[in-house]
Amino acid sequence: MANEPLSLAETRKVATLSRLALTDAQLEEHRHHLGAILNHVRQLQALDLAGVEPMTSPVQSVNRLAEDVPGPTLSNEQLMAMAPHGAAEPPFIRVPKVIGGAESS
Amino acid sequence: MTDAHPTTIADTRSALLDRKVSAVDITRASLAAIDRLNPSLNAATQVFHDAALQRAAQLDARIADRRAAPLPLLGATIALKDNICLDSAYGDARTTCASRTLEHYRSPFTASAVQRLIDAGAIIVAKTNLDEFAMGSSTEHSIFGPTRNPFDRTRVCGGSSGGSACAVAAGMAAAALGSDTGGSIRQPAGWCNLFALKPTYGRVSRYGLVAYASSLDQIGPFARCVADTALLTSAICGHDPADSTSAGLPSPDLTSDLDRPIDKLVLGVPRQARSAANHPAVTAALDAAIKTFSHLGAVVIDIDLPHAEHGIAAYYIIATAEASSNLARFDGIRYGHRAELAPSDDLFDLYARSRAEGLGPEVQRRIMLGTHVLSSGYYDAYYNTALKARRLIKRDFDDAFAGTARAASRPSHACHAVLMPTSPGPAFALGERSSDPMSMYLEDIYTVGVNLAGLPAITIPAGFHRDGASNLPIGLQLIGPALAEGELTRIARMFELATSHSSIRPALA
Repeated sequence: MANEPLSLAETRKVATLSRLALTDAQLEEHRHHLGAILNHVRQLQALDLAGVEPMTSPVQSVNRLAEDVPGPTLSNEQLMAMAPHGAAEPPFIRVPKVIGGAESS
Repeated sequence: MTDAHPTTIADTRSALLDRKVSAVDITRASLAAIDRLNPSLNAATQVFHDAALQRAAQLDARIADRRAAPLPLLGATIALKDNICLDSAYGDARTTCASRTLEHYRSPFTASAVQRLIDAGAIIVAKTNLDEFAMGSSTEHSIFGPTRNPFDRTRVCGGSSGGSACAVAAGMAAAALGSDTGGSIRQPAGWCNLFALKPTYGRVSRYGLVAYASSLDQIGPFARCVADTALLTSAICGHDPADSTSAGLPSPDLTSDLDRPIDKLVLGVPRQARSAANHPAVTAALDAAIKTFSHLGAVVIDIDLPHAEHGIAAYYIIATAEASSNLARFDGIRYGHRAELAPSDDLFDLYARSRAEGLGPEVQRRIMLGTHVLSSGYYDAYYNTALKARRLIKRDFDDAFAGTARAASRPSHACHAVLMPTSPGPAFALGERSSDPMSMYLEDIYTVGVNLAGLPAITIPAGFHRDGASNLPIGLQLIGPALAEGELTRIARMFELATSHSSIRPALA
């Protein structure tokens, strides 16, 4: 459908890829707004882009090598202090089981 | 005294060195203005009463020690957009990005640009409100609620750096830092009658700026006059080994040459700047500015930016694609909000529920859009196409600066700068656009091209729209070639001297 670039099933897939657990009502609202945005950006299809190189950054990327010397760094205590309540069991981070779930099937 | 900083940063510094005032006095006045005005404006999200006064006392001690070299930003009170890291050792500062996920985040370090200001003698007085993760054009998408426009409290002050603009316009601080990914410095500055500069990409270190779209983000200053803008820009620019995209260039001195007008100034006004969507007051301000510059001896020519109309489309693909990657780090593990889980929940549930609870709807929407345009089967149609359009948008500007416009029917002048509106209209009412994201995105039509091309731009106060009892500021921007911050501030200075718009302050109770 011309005015519906994104179906609810596609919206749900994008939410899964984005790691967002959303309700059906939230998905429907996002689908509506994302559709309007995707309709707008379709105008780019009309451009003649033959021979145009993609521009990923305004600056020419150059590989700058750092001197191989130790510099200041954050301590394990500082990093662990940032972990959310219930996650930090210094020096470890607690996570739920890794096997199973929405993406493993 | 209703304004904590009636003078420029340079005047404050002179008064301090002459011992006419102390840094503690200056800081107290700033904090008093915040305490008085912030309840109704909601510009500041954290105020550093004790830390700022301690810092001021240190500076006073330094001034008393005549062996110490005088610092360039001595006593400048600064408000920081709250997506810029400040070490939590300073007043137990949080770096929240106005997001639930970072509501309690304490940064273990200070952003390089902020450290440069502190080293130059500045005093950080507050953190300011923003659209969550800098994603928005109104400072309404914030866990702290909206910031109000000091010129009309029923209106937004723009965004996403709305709190920084409001704080400076209301006299809560001498100046502020914001970040500009698609106009987030220039648009709120325009709506709050301020000068503000988005530097050339790579000029200012992004180390310590929470990343939204890494190939577009730049930190820049807000100020009430061009001299302060030049002073702050000079202070924050410069190479930083901690940012791999930082230009390997020394800090420029934009202040010493500031009052020297540009000889044989040529300004280009794009045909696209006269969009039918413009508010009449914006077009009127543009015409008045053209007249002013012509009286100053400038040659003002019509130019064409034929791909500018595709800016919004290219921007919202590229920015959200980068955002979807940058914001993947908010996963409930290393930092940020972590959802309460049931025993049967697994790692995927931890990620997806923490993110759904911690990130607001506009941020979710941009992550989803970016994920979609990068996903298998859509990458070429959206992302790669947008990157090619980006190159064409940059070429349009290159042609204007080189005088080689392809579509020109006659030989064209090389422009020192492009002059165009900052926004198509004045500030809109609170809530007016928040239910329709696309209409909000279209507010950025004049600003996004600069970020896509990586160019510097300065917004200048250029007039007002009288609406009932309100006087709503209109901003225009001057866009220059890469690294032309010096020329841009000199052109802005010519305009500032020839007009009185920037001297008008909001009437604050």
